[in-house]
Amino acid sequence: MNALVEPIALPDPAFPPHARTYRYDEVDREFLQERIAEFSDQIARRLGGELTEDEFKPLRLMNGLYLQLHAYMYRIAIPYGILNATQLRQLAMIARRWDRGYGHFTTRQNIQFNWTRLEDVPDIMRALADVDMHAIQTSGNCIRNTTTDEYAGADPEEAADPRIYAEIIRQWSTLHPEFTWLPRKFKIAITGAPQDRVAMQVHDVGLVVKRDAAGAIGFEVWAGGGLGRTPVLATKLRDWVPEEALLAYLEAVLRVYNALGNRDNIYKARIKILVRDLGEEFRERVEREFARLPQPTYRLDPEVVADIAAHFAPPPFARLTDAPPAYAAALAGDAAFAAWAKQSVRAHRQPGYASVTISLKPIGGIPGDASAEQMEAVAALAERHGFGEIRVSHVQNLVLPHVRQEDLPAVWQGLREAGLATPNIGLVSDIIACPGMDYCALATARSIPVAQMISERFADLDRQHAIGECFINISGCINACGHHHIGHIGILGVDKRGAESYQITLGGSATNDAALGELVGPGFPYDKVTDAVETILRTYLAERAAGERFVDTYRRIGLGPFKEALYAGA
Amino acid sequence: MPVLDAKGHLVADAWVRVADDAPLPDAPALLSLARLRAEAAAGRNAPLGLLLDPATQPEEIAELLPRLALIAVLLPKSKDGRAFTQARALREHFGFAGEIRATGHVLPDQWRMLQRCGVSTVELPEGADAAQWQRSRAVVDIAYQPAQDGPLPPGGGLGLRRRLAA
Repeated sequence: MNALVEPIALPDPAFPPHARTYRYDEVDREFLQERIAEFSDQIARRLGGELTEDEFKPLRLMNGLYLQLHAYMYRIAIPYGILNATQLRQLAMIARRWDRGYGHFTTRQNIQFNWTRLEDVPDIMRALADVDMHAIQTSGNCIRNTTTDEYAGADPEEAADPRIYAEIIRQWSTLHPEFTWLPRKFKIAITGAPQDRVAMQVHDVGLVVKRDAAGAIGFEVWAGGGLGRTPVLATKLRDWVPEEALLAYLEAVLRVYNALGNRDNIYKARIKILVRDLGEEFRERVEREFARLPQPTYRLDPEVVADIAAHFAPPPFARLTDAPPAYAAALAGDAAFAAWAKQSVRAHRQPGYASVTISLKPIGGIPGDASAEQMEAVAALAERHGFGEIRVSHVQNLVLPHVRQEDLPAVWQGLREAGLATPNIGLVSDIIACPGMDYCALATARSIPVAQMISERFADLDRQHAIGECFINISGCINACGHHHIGHIGILGVDKRGAESYQITLGGSATNDAALGELVGPGFPYDKVTDAVETILRTYLAERAAGERFVDTYRRIGLGPFKEALYAGA
Repeated sequence: MPVLDAKGHLVADAWVRVADDAPLPDAPALLSLARLRAEAAAGRNAPLGLLLDPATQPEEIAELLPRLALIAVLLPKSKDGRAFTQARALREHFGFAGEIRATGHVLPDQWRMLQRCGVSTVELPEGADAAQWQRSRAVVDIAYQPAQDGPLPPGGGLGLRRRLAA
């Protein structure tokens, strides 16, 4: 057995030198070429009849290829949501050359192309591999892209850097021999910040990276969260798994799930059902497996961690101070800039720097969509002002994590020119919506047009600011890809005797105060759902106490006043 | 049915599947768990094998392992991956050193992974194309995690990654 022990390759000159993406070396690149050869062979065997469609389907799904309503959809992995500018430019090229000039960023921090032709897939795979990208395990009953905090490495409050462990999990889970034919898909989210921005409690496994009093790294491990038809918040399995045991503990969780998860009914096959049904016994089984597996085999070597951590070292920050004159002057002198900065600019751990969130939610637009030109504009801004690094957030926006505060006016100008400066981050028009009946074969109702109607109704920014933080999530079927259960206002479109009907839940949350929303009452028809949202928000404005967000008011007063306002006289 | 050996060659199957109510032949015999438990097997020289149900946990058969020369794991459908965990557990937790054979609906694309979990052979339908199995097994030879295929790389470096034996 030739073990590979090699130093990390020097940065490729074609890539932005300071972007903190994991840098491939020739072995990682060889692996991608092998995977392309494997999938090309599988496509040929399908076309030649050696593989049945039933046999081929899981193989194509594990390579990111779905069959949608109108065409194939190709979902490309953006590991833990981190891209460099070269990669984003390549995605723009793919959008233009093989799709319809745009792409759709997802809640799993990936990107989807909705109009892919099967015969183009090998070429697209090669174009992705040219920039060290792929579509491996973006679908199928395997371990999917691990998601993390879009402000990782920039957040002033972060206890430990989750990107290092997300990359370790990415490698460990890639073509894992035991966990590639699981009962159902498996999603892991990891955060290192006290404020949960990854919806950790609605994942199959949620991890919190922590430090103990001595500074050693360990993980809080949660399991069995999920949305879909049966929304469940995760159960905490462990307060502390030491760093070196991370993979051993994950092995134990996955082994129990693979052995005992339901194989007969896909709606009962997620780990959440097993955790719920076994209760305390699930934890006991995981602990038993963890205790008996050979720890040295699965030990996460500190040197491995150090090698991976080197990829995510801080970029070469300049020594600056906060609130430089150019930034302060622009804030004072330009109300439009100030309104954008209020929503989009976030404090950074490094003095003189900030993180910028770029809204992919223009008023009346499709949440998460970006055109090839917009991707190129963001890539150029990242190169000029942000070390060539871009993040995708699980709210379907983009982030430039490290921008000099003095550059913020220029970044804003650049974003404005690209139609990317909508100052609505965290407000009612910053909506998460699934593709719905416009693209998806599973959908029972439209969701994109509902998002567009709501966004247009609340187009007035002053009104959005008056309402304040409020997350609206829209799903076009009970599979809940728009995460409606965890929206402050959740909207679920269903088919009711041939007509679309939209059920509304209130009070959901996916952060530290995670909660599933409560159904407010009977559903609303397509043309009345925007009115219903407006009624809910008017009720909130009338009832709110000073300083309360929508969800705070809801938690204080409950469903009653909202029900009354919505259904009075009905 | 032919059997694919570890190197990808088709060989004749020396084992006989024995129904629960049939007499035990004087040849290597594959039995259900119920039959195996019922069979005293004392004094028997010909090897015994077990048809392991995907729902049976390896710990339930731990006391039988010393008597077994072969365990046949089953993929009822190619996407039902319980056999991968069973095989790994048999090797890792119980040190089972006999043959583990994958049976049922197995794809060439799964063979390398089955081997990495400790499976030794695959039962194939008549007329199976061994060359395709060899190609599918060889195409990806870089792995990113420990499995039942050898020790960890010596300390340091990218310890998760290794190149698999040919």
